[in-house]
Amino acid sequence: MEHYKMNLTLKVWRQKSKDFKGHFETFKVSDISSEMSFLEMFDVLNEKLVAEGKEPVAFDHDCREGICGMCSMYINGRAHGPWHETTTCQLHMREYKDGDTIVVEPWRANSFPVIRDLVVDRSAFDRIIAAGGYISVNTGNAQDANALPIDKQKADESFAAATCIGCGACVAACPNTSAMLFVSAKVSHLALLPQGDPERKTRATNMIHQMDTEGFGSCTNIGACEAECPKGISLENIARLNREYIGAVFSGSKD
Amino acid sequence: MELNSKIPAGPLESKWKTYKSTCKLVNPANKRQIEIIVVGTGLAGASAAASLGEMGYKVKAFCFQDSPRRAHSIAAQGGINAAKNYQNDGDSTYRLFYDTIKGGDYRAREGNVYRLAEVSANIIDQCVAQGVPFAREYGGLLSNRSFGGTQVQRTFYAAGQTGQQLLIGAYQGLERQISLGNVEMYSRHEMLEVVKIDGKARGIIARNLVTGELERHFGHAVLLCTGGYGNVFYLSTNAMGSNVTAAWKAHKQGAYFGNPCFTQIHPTCIPVSGDHQSKLTLMSESLRNDGRIWVPKQKDDKRKPFDIPEEERDYYLERRYPAFGNLVPRDVASRAAKERCDAGYGVGSSKMAVYLDFASAFERYGHVEVRKQGIANADKATVYKLGVAVVKEKYGNLFDMYAKITGEDPYQVPMRIYPAVHYTMGGLWVDYELMTNVPGLYALGEANFSDHGANRLGASALMQGLADGYFVVPYTLGNNLADDIRTKAIPTDHPAFVQAEKDVNDRIERMMNIKGKESVESFHKRLGKIMWDKCGMGRNAKGLTEAIEEIKALRKEFWANVRIPGEIKSFNPELDKAGRVADFLELGELMCIDALQRNESCGGHFREEYQTEDGEALRDDEKYMYVAAWEYKGDSQYELHKEPLNYEVVHTSARSYK
Repeated sequence: MEHYKMNLTLKVWRQKSKDFKGHFETFKVSDISSEMSFLEMFDVLNEKLVAEGKEPVAFDHDCREGICGMCSMYINGRAHGPWHETTTCQLHMREYKDGDTIVVEPWRANSFPVIRDLVVDRSAFDRIIAAGGYISVNTGNAQDANALPIDKQKADESFAAATCIGCGACVAACPNTSAMLFVSAKVSHLALLPQGDPERKTRATNMIHQMDTEGFGSCTNIGACEAECPKGISLENIARLNREYIGAVFSGSKD
Repeated sequence: MELNSKIPAGPLESKWKTYKSTCKLVNPANKRQIEIIVVGTGLAGASAAASLGEMGYKVKAFCFQDSPRRAHSIAAQGGINAAKNYQNDGDSTYRLFYDTIKGGDYRAREGNVYRLAEVSANIIDQCVAQGVPFAREYGGLLSNRSFGGTQVQRTFYAAGQTGQQLLIGAYQGLERQISLGNVEMYSRHEMLEVVKIDGKARGIIARNLVTGELERHFGHAVLLCTGGYGNVFYLSTNAMGSNVTAAWKAHKQGAYFGNPCFTQIHPTCIPVSGDHQSKLTLMSESLRNDGRIWVPKQKDDKRKPFDIPEEERDYYLERRYPAFGNLVPRDVASRAAKERCDAGYGVGSSKMAVYLDFASAFERYGHVEVRKQGIANADKATVYKLGVAVVKEKYGNLFDMYAKITGEDPYQVPMRIYPAVHYTMGGLWVDYELMTNVPGLYALGEANFSDHGANRLGASALMQGLADGYFVVPYTLGNNLADDIRTKAIPTDHPAFVQAEKDVNDRIERMMNIKGKESVESFHKRLGKIMWDKCGMGRNAKGLTEAIEEIKALRKEFWANVRIPGEIKSFNPELDKAGRVADFLELGELMCIDALQRNESCGGHFREEYQTEDGEALRDDEKYMYVAAWEYKGDSQYELHKEPLNYEVVHTSARSYK
């Protein structure tokens, strides 16, 4: 693959905290290698800002290999940028060419208040999991792992839902800022396994209840969440969540 | 101070059983009065916090990320070992124990490692009960694969995302305890000091990374589950935030640091592409199950890999180590790659890479599929296509990751790989109970030194993290806390807390007030280069001596010329990073000092002066069969304490994978 260098214009959201008004700030970066990752390009920008005595742009990131779910940039109008099933940290600069302008915003959702610049508070997701996204089993109570065979197809489907990294791109991509894909991924992961069966009704109702309490919007089956999900979590999970929820409500299960 | 490893007496197989049935207990009413601080929420921290919460202790858990689910355990790919013997291939607790001791080049404690092997099976049971979706066979039972340094299949996995699935399991358990009020979670908090009262660890000073405020937290005991320090090398497979700060603060408060120079360089990582590189990405060891590693036989061969005929390829691992082939342990595979590249046989534009080739796996699996599906006279393309589909199911996410990073399609051309810093076997010295020599201060998982000797086998880190958190510390903590039930919670206006907070504050202010010219990042890069060049895959006395002086000079420069923008009392990632780099600048020196005193080669520690004629590591059991536990005595002053390793069961021998 041919490598090249490029000069870019960046329009980046700056905001001191959730209590301050934000604005776009324009930066120029030069000599960006096509082999860099998108975040390494931001490292270059921040090094330049530090050298100029200015405040670097705050952004969340950690593993830089697409699995921790911490990075979260809204790039040219798309959560995690243009590449399919790719987190921001795995997007590479060969996507861009010399002279491009790139607009970078934080996740925008009332339930994800801005902490600073591109960093948002996603603790609402933790509270949704705490409401029921688990199997209640204390350490030391388990039977032999192979005592209960599980249909491979079910196990694989469960795994596919469990690969959610909790990044929040689904919420950011949704015009309603709905968290249904996130919630449905967890409900599906556990509902597809026999171990998850005893708590399936309370899990669905409690997690939905918490999701509503956090102020996430409603799902209107637009599908932007699935399209932008870096892990390819399927909309089928939302259908399953709806079935789980309706089943729980109509069977009279309360939270 | 005399180092007492507190290994229980009696035969190896019954040490842990005896300990468990005779250790002291804390009754439920007393547990409710006892507060525990857990720092870090990776596999060790999350599993410990969840288990202790379930038991009824009052737990406070801390992590620097925005959520406990982000800890770097999440990035572990390949799998977790357990002596289940589900494959009926001769595995047993003893064999897992033996492989781990041998893999660690006879520098780990027998008692600890045997316990690890013993509880490994419980971990798999526990995780399956929690809903961890491990890979399964069509019969519905769990699937296994092989990892380096073993001849059985004992690795459980979930595609190339095993760490993610295990951590999510532990995280869900933790969130459940949070919802029940047994655990209080402090995300975006970084521990910056251990508070000691009357010689015991009684709390921490943490900085709220959103507001920049310092906070005091009391605990009857403090558990550090803060991972490894591979980022001292700047480039590593660790997450950007992974750091040594918590462990280093503990060290400076008196906790000994064990075997700091034992670093694992992982053989299969995506090579460095340029100066901009911020981190390196691992390609799981599990790929060596199916991939074959080679370089051209001809130096500086400019041909494309698929144009090089079979007979002109050097499958150097298969050549040098026929018994284990591509599945030799990591240290051996890494050195072999370095040897080939240094000799001029490397590939790619930098010439610092070797091929990891799946062509034969595509073919092999393709033929199996053809037979399974009953396709007669399948052509080459069909076989290849079916083979690719099988490989995709096993390692699809890894191949995708490789393609995104390099822009090359690994289904078409072999991967290029090179070794990179991955894991640190060294860490805080702990006894059998996982307690450091500071009473009440514990270290779990990668943060301690205890189980992997001089080289960790693949798929054993996840095992150790969860063993420590789920199955070891819940017992050993109680044994010590039983004597502490009369201690009431100490108010945080105690002078020790006030002083500790003041010390932390002074240090931060001093750092901010330097207002120099050079960025934190730049200092980190310079430190990393010294470490990689002189304390990396190959080390020698001359280089190490130079490195010690260079690091001292760099540290001086840092404290005179670092520039940290922003304010203290605010969200300031540059300041967070500056504190971590300042600690790396001290740790790096100790690593070199440790590497310099160990005049032998063992595991990941390869001293160029000590090797056999054919380039294998030359151990010196006579002189170096000990754990090097370093005591901090002031700036650049460290005193070595030796804990001798007594092998009662295993006979040490030259480690051979030929």
